[in-house]
Amino acid sequence: MVSALLTAALVILSLAILACTYRLIKGPTRPDRIAALDTIGINLLAMIAVIGMLLRTQDFIEIILVIGILAFIGTTALARYIERGVVIERGDDEHGR
Amino acid sequence: MNMAGELLIAVLVLFGALFCGLSAFGLVRLPDVYLRSHAATKSATLGVLCVLAGAFLYMMFYVEVVSFKLLIAIVFVFITSPVAGHLNGRAAYRSGVKLWENSIQDDMKPVLERNKGMQSKN
Repeated sequence: MVSALLTAALVILSLAILACTYRLIKGPTRPDRIAALDTIGINLLAMIAVIGMLLRTQDFIEIILVIGILAFIGTTALARYIERGVVIERGDDEHGR
Repeated sequence: MNMAGELLIAVLVLFGALFCGLSAFGLVRLPDVYLRSHAATKSATLGVLCVLAGAFLYMMFYVEVVSFKLLIAIVFVFITSPVAGHLNGRAAYRSGVKLWENSIQDDMKPVLERNKGMQSKN
């Protein structure tokens, strides 16, 4: 019963990732694609938590942390890139874009 | 009692998964970047927080580990996910993505124009 509910949660989360993939491929502008990638990362994190509960193990918690950090850093870097054209600005030259 | 506790946790997780599915539905159906970002950020954050809270309770009661890493993950996602959505929206506005044609308010435009006027005066 409980594992059936958890499996249903897994199915819903994978359908959500599928919908985000549609937006990632079709998305008319680049910020659309970045938002879709961020949502894919967040949903993947939830899926890994549910899989860890289904397998009754605590080994996946580090993976949850790492995916959360990577999703945030990736979204930040991509947003900076489309806003300014560079990810890391060099301090010594002002016209180095 | 044991079964009821597991059922409560499973319902919490299912609720979170339903919110994630709702946010993905909004991401597909809404008309422009800013409305999509509204759907993708808030409800996905709530759904993931529900799933992770369910996982924390599950680990505490049935694997018998109080996992502080999971608490750190909950706090981290709660802080960073809206910040990432906001950064993405600001980058979209600054790079000139148009609003939906039925939008009735644009608070950012007069501020940007005022800043541009002050810069050109200097």
